[in-house]
This record gives sequence, structure tokens and C-alpha cells, in this order.
Amino acid sequence: MNSGVTPYILISIGVAFDLVGAIGLIRLPDVYNRLQAATKCVTLGTALILLGVVAASGWSAMGIKALLAAVFVLWTSPTGSHALARGAHIAGVPLWSGSVIDKYKEDTGR
Amino acid sequence: METLKRRLLDMLIIFVLWLLLTWSLDLQGVVAGAILAVLFALVLSRLLPPHVERLFSPVRWFWALMHIISLAFWVVLANFDVMYRVLHPNLPIRPGIVKVKTTLKSDEAKAFLANSITLTPGTLTIDIIDDWLYVHWINVHESLEDTEAITRDIAGRFEVTLRRVFD
Repeated sequence: MNSGVTPYILISIGVAFDLVGAIGLIRLPDVYNRLQAATKCVTLGTALILLGVVAASGWSAMGIKALLAAVFVLWTSPTGSHALARGAHIAGVPLWSGSVIDKYKEDTGR
Repeated sequence: METLKRRLLDMLIIFVLWLLLTWSLDLQGVVAGAILAVLFALVLSRLLPPHVERLFSPVRWFWALMHIISLAFWVVLANFDVMYRVLHPNLPIRPGIVKVKTTLKSDEAKAFLANSITLTPGTLTIDIIDDWLYVHWINVHESLEDTEAITRDIAGRFEVTLRRVFD
């Protein structure tokens, strides 16, 4: 299907955000900050790449699958990051030394 | 009766999802999808939250659309926020875990609030205990003890729409 440059633009922006997310994973200091970068950038980046596929293939089997996959990614990736952050905190992974407050520890004692 | 209606609705949703994923009306595929929909609806037992009738309210759908629009705006902003922090040579972060009180009542509304907060600039929900959300904030404000201001900043902007969708 001929759909011009739109898919390329969407996919390029998506890849750029994914790249920033990956750099964030390396540069940020602790689990929680890294999850922030990973969740936000990788969610939007991946969703944009999938939307690029939708723009390229339109209302076909592949386009619909990509659209559904984008919805599932947007829905489940924040949920996954709650589970990881909560699990890390309960398992005793400390916050970065520059952190200013930890209400969760104060209240739950974990 | 109410349970039966909900089971049927579960089956219908799974079946439609199957049709979308396979994207063909081939007889074999449709029959297999129907059988699987019945099986999954029986095994999963509670796919939809209580108050299923709310699914058919146009007003709630309108507010859901409003929520998605405002969420899309914040998600894009969040990405530029992360980009700025990650690529800045000095790594300008001031992280910490704060707590936020929500006025939303239903579990679904709280779950969507938690997810929305995670996708917005600098915040990541860690846990929900009763009405309190514990949020990791990448750049905590100066006023650490001002719970009200923190709540307004983090949760306030979504509660308006989510309350009208779920509560």
C-alpha cells in the first residue's frame, strides 16, 4: 500500500524515543529512576513504531494487529512497572543516595 | 441472571478480540474463536468489573475520550521531560517517594489513575494502600510536607475525568 512518508516519520520518532529510554536506563542512578525512563519513553516509542506500521499497512490483518498491540502496550507497561518498582522496594533495593524522601518506607516499614 | 449476563458479555468481548486479531471470517477460525471465547469466559470468571451497565453509558464514553486526549498530551510532555533529564550533562534529578491522597472510590478508577500517573512527567506509582498512592517522583518540589499541593500536582489533573468515567 502506498501511504507516503507518514509511516517513516512515525517510526523514526518512535525509534528516537526508544533510544532516549535506553540511554536513560544507563545514565540514571537507581532502579526507580531507570523504570521512569524505561516506562515513559519505551511505551510511547513502541506505540509510535506500531502506529507507523498501522499507517503503512492500513485496515489489513497486520494493521489491526499492530493497533491492538499498541493498545496493549499502553495498557500493560505502566502496570508492569508498578509491579517491578513495588517488588524492588519490598525486596529492599535502596533508593539512590541523592533521594530526598521515602514516604513508602516510613509508612510500611519495608 | 446478572452473572449470566456478565458471562455472555465476557464471551462477546473475547470473541470480538479474536476476530480482530485473526482478521478473517473463515469458518474454521470463527468456530474455533467461539469455542475459545466460551472456555476463556468460564475460566476467567471475572473479566469485567461490577456495574457492567456503565459500559453502555455514552456520557461515560465521552469522558473516557476526554481522559485519553488529556493523557496523550501528558504522555508526550513526559517524554520530552525524560529526554531533557537524561540528555542533560548534569542529570537534573531530585528523586523521592511521596504519597498522594486520591478521592476516587472504585478500584478500576484507582487502577487507571495509577497507570495514568506512571505515564505522566516524572512520576511512577509504586503502590496503592487504601486511598493513598505512593509515587516515585523524579524531581520532588521544595515543599515536601505539603501533601495537598503534591496531590494537586500529581493526581488532580486526572481525577476530574476518571471520576466521571468510573465512579
